[in-house]
Amino acid sequence: MPPIFGVLFDGVAYGTLLFLLSVGLSVTLGMMNFINLAHCSFAMLGGYVTVTLMNGLGWAFFATLPAAFIAAAAASVGLERVFFRRFYNASDLEQCLLTIGIVFVSIAAAAYIYGTDQQPVQLPAFLRGSIQFAGLNFAAYRLFLIAVAVLITVVLVATLETTRFGAQVRAAVNNQRMARGLGIDVDTLFAITFALGSGLAGLGGALAIDLVGLDPSFAFTYLIYVLIVVSVGGLGSIGGSFAAAMLLGVGDIAGKYYVPAIGSILIYLVMTVLIMLRPTGIFGRR
Amino acid sequence: MTASALAVRGISKRFGSLIVAADIDLALPLGARYALIGPNGAGKTTLINLMTGMLRPDAGQILLGGEDVTTLAPEQRVRRGLARTYQINSLFPRLTVLESVALAVCERRRVAQTFWRRLPAYREEIDEARQILGVLMLDVVCHRPARELAYGQQRLLEIALALASRPRVLLLDEPAAGVPRDESKELFAAIGGLSHDITVLFIEHDMELVFRFAARVIVMVGGSILVEGTPAEIASDPQVHAVYLGKRERG
Amino acid sequence: MTGATIAEPREYLQAQMRWRWGEIAFWLATLLPFVITPDYLLLASQIAIAGLFVLSLDLILGFAGIVSLGHAAYFGIGAYTAGLLSKWGWGEPLSGLLLAACAAGAFGYLTSFIISRFRHLPLIMITLGIGLLLQEAANSASWLTGGFDGLQGIHTWPIAGRFRFDLYGYAAYAYALTVLFVIFLGARLLIHSPFGLALRGIRDNSLRMRAIGAPTHAHIRTIFTIAAMFAGIAGAILAQTTETVSLEVLGFQRSADVLVMLILGGTGRLYGGLLGAIVYMVARDQFSGLNPQYWYFWIGLLLIAVVVIVPNGLLGGLSLLTRRARAAPP
Repeated sequence: MPPIFGVLFDGVAYGTLLFLLSVGLSVTLGMMNFINLAHCSFAMLGGYVTVTLMNGLGWAFFATLPAAFIAAAAASVGLERVFFRRFYNASDLEQCLLTIGIVFVSIAAAAYIYGTDQQPVQLPAFLRGSIQFAGLNFAAYRLFLIAVAVLITVVLVATLETTRFGAQVRAAVNNQRMARGLGIDVDTLFAITFALGSGLAGLGGALAIDLVGLDPSFAFTYLIYVLIVVSVGGLGSIGGSFAAAMLLGVGDIAGKYYVPAIGSILIYLVMTVLIMLRPTGIFGRR
Repeated sequence: MTASALAVRGISKRFGSLIVAADIDLALPLGARYALIGPNGAGKTTLINLMTGMLRPDAGQILLGGEDVTTLAPEQRVRRGLARTYQINSLFPRLTVLESVALAVCERRRVAQTFWRRLPAYREEIDEARQILGVLMLDVVCHRPARELAYGQQRLLEIALALASRPRVLLLDEPAAGVPRDESKELFAAIGGLSHDITVLFIEHDMELVFRFAARVIVMVGGSILVEGTPAEIASDPQVHAVYLGKRERG
Repeated sequence: MTGATIAEPREYLQAQMRWRWGEIAFWLATLLPFVITPDYLLLASQIAIAGLFVLSLDLILGFAGIVSLGHAAYFGIGAYTAGLLSKWGWGEPLSGLLLAACAAGAFGYLTSFIISRFRHLPLIMITLGIGLLLQEAANSASWLTGGFDGLQGIHTWPIAGRFRFDLYGYAAYAYALTVLFVIFLGARLLIHSPFGLALRGIRDNSLRMRAIGAPTHAHIRTIFTIAAMFAGIAGAILAQTTETVSLEVLGFQRSADVLVMLILGGTGRLYGGLLGAIVYMVARDQFSGLNPQYWYFWIGLLLIAVVVIVPNGLLGGLSLLTRRARAAPP
């Protein structure tokens, strides 16, 4: 089979990871318009939690995943209470700078505690290796990633569409003032959504280790990808984030494979053009 | 037959399933003093946004002095003599009162793009700004930043900004909104003092203003015009009463 | 009643625009390094370059409200233009400056058509995208830019045939400082002009600007082009005085640094940016022995502190303090 299928598979796997990392930011940006550039610091935190628990305390990989989620969610609650809450109505610039400051601090802290090397992680045996199908190797870990992402997407969409909580989230994203007017406690709603979104990022960070590695620059490197997904997909749109993440994932892998010299240039160019054409994103509102 | 100062024909606009303007026809004769009233959500401010170009209509035309301006950008309509004020003050918080109006004058006179001469060199523009402020009794505070003004004075500054563009048609969106009784005297004087070369359409809930200044009243409900007439006719119209009391179904 | 007790507008405005003693003192003080710290003249020239770069960012951000995460693009274009010109045999500095300004200004003008049409997150992303694009393109075009290793073979001719750039830094600092001062005078005139007023109007309320008939997009294009030219000039001076140009002149790091400097000192005051540049560059020099991670830790904390405590930067905080001191009872 031509290598394009392998490229597509890897691209989809990478895309699902990007989706996990981005969906939280998309929803919280859509709801509160709070530009949280520190989003990937939570992802990085999740990754380092997994590393610490596995390598330091001997936990099993699967056991560390919920821990990564919870740690990132808890950290986000703390930061939200102490800092972010006061800046929901601040200018874009102040929000950017506040959260960039947090990114810098997190990168420095990670480098101080863990050093700047890539963190090794031992996957459970059945996730290593690959499955042969139709003449191609499908890495087991990537299949696992895709499965996890699909599962989470289903849960997210089901929550949004069928639960009362989900309806409130949709209302608040759509029109915050009206939602408040209807009696929805938008502040608490946001705190919960923010925690969930950051937790998902933490989970993504933990899952990312085997796919793309983990070092202190993670918080910044993947921020750019996440911002691309969120801007192109549309704020507050899970479907948009999914589509944009797939586009970016496949595009990035395909670019690196077929046109390595200008791969990144194409990505940034396409992103810039897409944002210009549809500033609110492919699936964005207004 | 002379063209109306401002006319809209067949203006329609919807947001998804929400119809905010349904085939509206309206014509303001030169020098008119018309009031636009209606319950909240009737689409009055939306109509102003459509007239000024902040919103694009789905269908219909907007004619300013007989010229079709439907596809023109807002700033281009201002240049052709259409100005508006905002229901909620939309000022330049950190600019002083004088600077704000001088800016509007400079923009009108197309000198705002010169960056090689200092502002004090523009005598005529500053004098004109000072004069506008004088008429509106704002010159005593002309060096204070807009955000430090009393609310009534801010409403007056709203009007000053619109007047600085020397409009032929002026759209006032609830000029008296939120102004305390003791500050409204200057406001009323300002509106009454508007030159009769200017055609004025104002949205208002304050019936005293409507009765005092409007020659004709237009009533809007649910995105359409319900009825049009003199203030006395409208005041005694049972349909209008029902609309305000909520008994009438949307037509 | 009118005009009795209030200051005449033109006189009032002129008084506002007059040179303050503090400003004169500041510029006199910039001459001190020649006398007091002659060993640090190279650093001083770096600070002047940074100051010019920050000034250009203040014009678009502090005065027009455009948040750009990719302003280094114009700095880098200026640097590479001057560097390439020199490498290809023409090392005369002033003409190099002029050409760099044109190149950066041209790119600024082109991109301004895009930039003027967006706000908030899309704008931030587009400026980021343009910066990243340019950096990647420069990386790829290593035949032109020297890629990772940077441009080699830059040799700047002495200014006016006499003042050579050397390791002592006299010529470098004099050159950088003079250019900075001249451009500063231009920027100061600009912000006191009707155009400067229009920019502040756009920053305060761009919607209302349109409602008074202002061509906001055209205004933004103009200031963006001017700011790009100034940034390009700063980059060119860097290339000429250090005789090196590498990819980092276009990088996000540089865009982020200049933002930090501007926020630190305070936006919309011109002098805020200069002050921020001085504080940041001096601090960086003092702590240059530190592990880069520690530097980012403290810069991160500083950023958070500035945003939380003194959102208007050092100058903003100072003016707040002096206002409180004046209002306090004796």
